[in-house]
Amino acid sequence: MRHPRTAVAIAAAAVMALAACTDDGGGGEDPDDLSIDQFPRDETLYTTGAAWGPPADWNPVSGGEVTGLRGLGYEPLYLFNPNTQEMEPWLAESGEWTGDLTYQATLRDGITWSDGEQLTAEDVKYTVELGQLDGVPYSNVWDWLESVEVVDDLTVEFTFLEARHQEWDNFLFNTTIVPEHVFSEYSEDDIVTGANEDPVVSGPYTVHSHDQDRIAWVKRDDWWATEALGLEVQPTYIVDIVNTSNEVTLNMLMQGEVDLSNNFLPGISDLLEGDPNLSTYFSEPPYMAPANTAMLIPNTTMEPLDDAEFRRAMAFAISPGEIVDSVYSGIVAEANPTGLLPIWENYYDQEAISESGFQFEPSEAVSVLEEAGYEDSDGDGFVETLSGDPVELTLNVPAGWTDWEEAARAIASDLRDVGINVTEEFLDAGAVDEARDSGEFELVLNNQSGITNSPWGHYRYLFQLPVQDVQTGANFARFESQEAWDLTQQLAATATDDPEYAEIIADLQRISLEEMPSIPIWYNGAWAQASNAVWTNWPTQEGDNNAYPVTWNGFWTMGSIYMLTELEPAG
Amino acid sequence: MGRYFRRKLLIYGVTFVIAVTINFAIPRMMPGDPIARMLAQNKVSNVESAARMHAYYNDLFGLDVPLWQQYLNYWGALFQGDLGVSLFAFPSPVSSVVLDALPYTLGLLLPAILLSWFVGNGLGAIAARSKWLDNTALPVSYLLTAVPYMWLAILLAWVGGVILGWFPVAGGYSFSFSGPQFSWNFIVDALHHWFLPFLSLFLVALGGWAIGMRNLVIYELESDYSNYMQTLGAPRRLVRRYAFRNAMLPQISGLALQLGVVVGGALVTEVVFAYPGLGSLVLDAIQNQDFFLLQGILLFIVIGVLVFNFLADVVYVLVDPRTRLGLEGGAS
Repeated sequence: MRHPRTAVAIAAAAVMALAACTDDGGGGEDPDDLSIDQFPRDETLYTTGAAWGPPADWNPVSGGEVTGLRGLGYEPLYLFNPNTQEMEPWLAESGEWTGDLTYQATLRDGITWSDGEQLTAEDVKYTVELGQLDGVPYSNVWDWLESVEVVDDLTVEFTFLEARHQEWDNFLFNTTIVPEHVFSEYSEDDIVTGANEDPVVSGPYTVHSHDQDRIAWVKRDDWWATEALGLEVQPTYIVDIVNTSNEVTLNMLMQGEVDLSNNFLPGISDLLEGDPNLSTYFSEPPYMAPANTAMLIPNTTMEPLDDAEFRRAMAFAISPGEIVDSVYSGIVAEANPTGLLPIWENYYDQEAISESGFQFEPSEAVSVLEEAGYEDSDGDGFVETLSGDPVELTLNVPAGWTDWEEAARAIASDLRDVGINVTEEFLDAGAVDEARDSGEFELVLNNQSGITNSPWGHYRYLFQLPVQDVQTGANFARFESQEAWDLTQQLAATATDDPEYAEIIADLQRISLEEMPSIPIWYNGAWAQASNAVWTNWPTQEGDNNAYPVTWNGFWTMGSIYMLTELEPAG
Repeated sequence: MGRYFRRKLLIYGVTFVIAVTINFAIPRMMPGDPIARMLAQNKVSNVESAARMHAYYNDLFGLDVPLWQQYLNYWGALFQGDLGVSLFAFPSPVSSVVLDALPYTLGLLLPAILLSWFVGNGLGAIAARSKWLDNTALPVSYLLTAVPYMWLAILLAWVGGVILGWFPVAGGYSFSFSGPQFSWNFIVDALHHWFLPFLSLFLVALGGWAIGMRNLVIYELESDYSNYMQTLGAPRRLVRRYAFRNAMLPQISGLALQLGVVVGGALVTEVVFAYPGLGSLVLDAIQNQDFFLLQGILLFIVIGVLVFNFLADVVYVLVDPRTRLGLEGGAS
């Protein structure tokens, strides 16, 4: 009689004890890293919006990385400043093309790794040569780079097969230098796919600790830029929180637990208006700096999307204003017809835009369709192809991307209004990617062309050839124009101060407007909402303190690091 | 008895093989290319390198061999305790990602399930004998079980976390801690974060157990053996004790089922309260098409269900003399 109850009780107690034990586990850090158990609030910057999974990869040579790895930890030779469009010497003190095919970079003297070793020209040579391993993201540099030579301790000379100036600039600010004395100890596999835990870095911060939902960085005392450039990062600690749901992020921001959120928070514009406690890049709509161009990608290998006139009609039919206002409540801006981001507005070719540009004008869309011979002969309200087959197009966007779902609804309905039968369909994000990459789609939305050092990046995204079975990262429309691709390659090899540079960009704009390989609709924002509760003086568009307040990978080396030197404690 | 357990073990063995096979198959039937997804996520901006990297990683993850070979490799690795490498937390091994999340899930769900079971059963048993309690506790219980869990959780998070501000809205412990540590500060902080998600799970489960127990006890009290004992003049206490014990039996198997899915985590809870654990990991794994992580978690769930069911079988034999007698009689 007594046994059963005792057994249950013992079992329950054991389970509880087990739970109690395991409760204390989780996350193992180095003991010496735990010198501080709790970060003082007024010395810590809390950010979120960059990380989608637990911090796991501290290796800048492999693709993956934790928030801040490139910028806070590892550093490139140059920074790219999107506001001035200039390359700013960073680890390098200077660099120049010393011949048609040679480039020489001189490092700053006295840069030390966090383990005390000197950063030298050997580290630079080693880092670049790692690109000769398959599986390293920048291995493509060796398609046109011939060799790297160390001239002296601080000088490196690069010899090229082709002088791709723009692509080289891109390489200079995107590739972070790693310490040879650490990486040369790794096996080849570990270099390409290892985690490189406890990274030895050159930057202003080093990893303090991490758990599955956060990573903490701590300021280094001997960062080279303090002496060389008079820069001092203000927060002693930076804690980046892995993304949670929008509601939770918003709550943490409003309660001052998070200082900077780089999340897309629907409806944030209602809160921003008149709230002195929240800062954004622009003080009025669209609030957020444009970060990339959201484009409607047609599959140009199928009827009727293979016809430039048909694509042009679509461009006239879509109302970007409606998407900006009703889908985004004004936190994004309409795209320029060229698709080039506003940072490149100096290059806008107004002549080409007024001649071949487009704007929302449904009547024009209808007449373009008519002139090109598309008509509705069976009277169902929708046009047929030139050969008389019905046109039924599907616009795919990832299910759950609520803003894109709404945008897709608006686009499809605009297109139906002018007689183009488009239906929106929401699929699993992976399925959309696969369809887009393999060319088995009709229409998709995509925004993979963003801020970089040159419009070359945008045109590579639009025109890259040859079209392969699987397109990764570029030319999803499968648009074939040898002329445009030749010009794009020519642009890559032209220096920014070369008078031809702007001309080539103008030619490319004309082609993209006339051929309309993809239809630019709106600029997605560099989502950033900052709380003034603990830190103030957030960057804004006005004045010198205008770095993008963005913690996403790739932005630190495009000047966001300056945000940290400009922040001020709220006192 | 031995035969009974041998048979049970055989059934569990077969179930395990089938479950592992399904576990292998399901993620591979999902649309999309996980490697492309991973590379896209890491923003590989160099278009020319992408194809090279794609091939490299396909090879690394063993996705470039025929399906049957992937299946054999999967079993082989499984027996070595190797669950593969996670794509979404690359290059962490799946086992370490899962083990990092497991304590949070167990710490949340085990107390919630066990406490709600004890309290709910107690409440139900008393309610069955007390008119007053029956009229108050029962409607509340019905309300708690009928309320959609999602709604209750959001309500708790909103009221407790935002309106009143008594509880934190995210995390397993404060973001100001550098990591879990043995100090009063930390333990209090961790409990502070733990309380709301725990409460939501506790409340919802409580009602169900209480209603079930109340109905079972009333049924037992009105059954023939209770009436017979009463007519014999047995004390009411004794009759109630027998009724309670008989009513416990279905509740025990119910508990075993609940405990079995514990390792699956509480997806909604973890998302609403931004609490770390296996539930949110499952969601991440699906969204990122992380085959290996998803397989790893599902495997933990399968093993959990099987182990707890087996334990329930054992406990059943201990607490229910009829099962024991039945076994000895040869029938099961």
